[in-house]
Amino acid sequence: MSDKATRVLLVDDETGFTDVMCKRLSRRNMSVRTAGGGSEAIQILRNEDFDVALLDLKMEDMSGIEVLQIFKKMVPEMPVIMLTGHGSEEAAREGMQQGAFDYLLKPCDFEQLLAKIRSATKQ
Amino acid sequence: MPDRHYYTSLHRSMVATVILVSLMPMALITLIGGYQYTAAYKAKVLAHLGEIVRKHEQNIDTYLLEKVAEIRVLADNMGVSCFRDENKLQRLHQTLMERHGGDFVDLGLVNEHGMQVAYSGPFRLGEADYADAEWFREVMKRKVYISDVFLGLRGVPHFIIAVQFHSEGQRWILRTTIDFVAFNRLVENIRIGQTGLAFIMNRNGDFQTTPRLDLNAEIPFLKRLLDETENKNGPRLADGLVASRIAENPATGRETIYLSTPLKQGDWRLVYQQDATDAFSELVQTRNLVLFVLLLGTIAITFMAVLLSRRMIKRIKASDREKEMMNEQVIEAGRLASLGELAAGIAHEINNPVAIMVEEAGWVQDMLEEGMEKDGNLDETRRALAQIRTQGSRCREITHKLLSFARMIDPTIVEMQLNDMVEEIVGLSSQRTRFANVQVETVLAEDLPTIAASPSEMQQVLLNLVNNAVDAMEKDGGTMTITTKRDRDDVLMTVADTGCGIPKANLQRLFDPFFTTKPVGKGTGLGLSIIYGIINKMKGEISVNSAVDMGTAFTVRIPSSSANQKEERQGNE
Repeated sequence: MSDKATRVLLVDDETGFTDVMCKRLSRRNMSVRTAGGGSEAIQILRNEDFDVALLDLKMEDMSGIEVLQIFKKMVPEMPVIMLTGHGSEEAAREGMQQGAFDYLLKPCDFEQLLAKIRSATKQ
Repeated sequence: MPDRHYYTSLHRSMVATVILVSLMPMALITLIGGYQYTAAYKAKVLAHLGEIVRKHEQNIDTYLLEKVAEIRVLADNMGVSCFRDENKLQRLHQTLMERHGGDFVDLGLVNEHGMQVAYSGPFRLGEADYADAEWFREVMKRKVYISDVFLGLRGVPHFIIAVQFHSEGQRWILRTTIDFVAFNRLVENIRIGQTGLAFIMNRNGDFQTTPRLDLNAEIPFLKRLLDETENKNGPRLADGLVASRIAENPATGRETIYLSTPLKQGDWRLVYQQDATDAFSELVQTRNLVLFVLLLGTIAITFMAVLLSRRMIKRIKASDREKEMMNEQVIEAGRLASLGELAAGIAHEINNPVAIMVEEAGWVQDMLEEGMEKDGNLDETRRALAQIRTQGSRCREITHKLLSFARMIDPTIVEMQLNDMVEEIVGLSSQRTRFANVQVETVLAEDLPTIAASPSEMQQVLLNLVNNAVDAMEKDGGTMTITTKRDRDDVLMTVADTGCGIPKANLQRLFDPFFTTKPVGKGTGLGLSIIYGIINKMKGEISVNSAVDMGTAFTVRIPSSSANQKEERQGNE
């Protein structure tokens, strides 16, 4: 891992989740921006660059797949890791077809998440 | 399952149909064949009897003509002198008696004044005066005359053959009496069956022969009948033609056949009569046999119809039962499918707090590794633990909801308030509706009567309708409105959405099992058919109103518990 902090965009409408995740990732040399929904994330992405995006597939304002499609149009080179609940793997597979880097089932194993972030940023 | 009454009436109509269809051709054939056979047989019997009568008529005519010819020959050839001499007359009479077996009872010569000049015979009739006798007046007019049977001077029935001839410038009459017994035998011999008998009658209705049975009571009837027959067949029936008639004999009250033919240029009539039942006895036998066979056939057909129908009903009952069981299985499958959908929603709902708890725990661990003495770590740990507790409670709430739902999976029918159920389902589906961006509105009537229903089944109905509504609005969101209303004794519930609507072509098939427009694997196509079954079972109705791109509204009408009780009371009365 380089000295430069990995820039992570975390999109999830569950603030309890984004808060604690932000803290944990920040401890591991990452600079994390959180967004509470799809439209907010798109707003942020217009002004900032990120090395990787973590995207929840089920959100109230927009579906994760829609957000993913917009992300891919805005910054095609940014890898997107999708977070999804058990039983929604179908949506995750659809996301993979739409160009997502990988997906993780929620609740996820933190070490696994770190590994996926690492492999995503290596590319 | 249809009730007993249904099977009884089905059984009855099956038996009736089978019997009708089987008996109809049999009865028709019997009727037509019987009619044809009867007509042909009767015609044949009548023709046969007519032939007998005609033959006898010929015999009698021949007999009479023969006797007339005999006397004619004597009158023409012997000369009056021969007859005037009693000895010669006696010899002539003797010869006639010998040649004709006693048919000529006597022989006499009568002058033109009606005085008997000579006589040969068993009676003392010499010098009898016949000037006033009818036969004398007739023979003076006609030259040859055969009289009717009469008692005359001698007081025994007989008839006379008289022939007029000229001799010595005078008119003479040679007359002979024909033996009545011998003549009678000609007719008496016609005997057929038990009641067949023949007789000769003159135009006044007097018997010219003695019938085998006493027919005096029937004379007026016979005369009228013969006159009618004659009128019907023209002014006078030619000799040798037989007229037949079947009429009720007033003396016996039975159908009787009458055959008649004219004799002696129509002065007499040979009549043959026989009871119809006697003449057509074979026909009666045949008819009885046919009726017996028909009866046996009817019994056999009825027996088979009852037996077969009973077997069929048994099969139908069994297959109905099977179908019912299958329906139950289909309902169960549908229930599981809708439960599965619900479970997926709940699993997702539970995932979020669990994910937070897992991460918070990881965060606390991170801080422990760092050391609690570091500034703020202790406070942060406290916050994390509080968060874990909060999220734990969230999970508990969800599991409670699920448990209360599970408790209601019970087919027993209870009195329940539909409004409560609506609220519960709305609560359970909130996760789904929120993600689908669906606004839920409920307009619940406060005075809603209770309904008698199985909560699990009602839940299934509502859940399915709600799921369908949400599915219809999944793309662009919308508003789902659930309304409950009281309509006299019924409860009305409408689940309306502002979704894609249902094309007209699909509306008809909407409640068919396995009809679905969802992609393979997404819908079972059972939901609405199950709802239909459940509502139907409750004696309710379900209807749908839909317009493409405007939305759909399902309306369920369920009789309230009080309406059900009323109906039951009426049923009991």
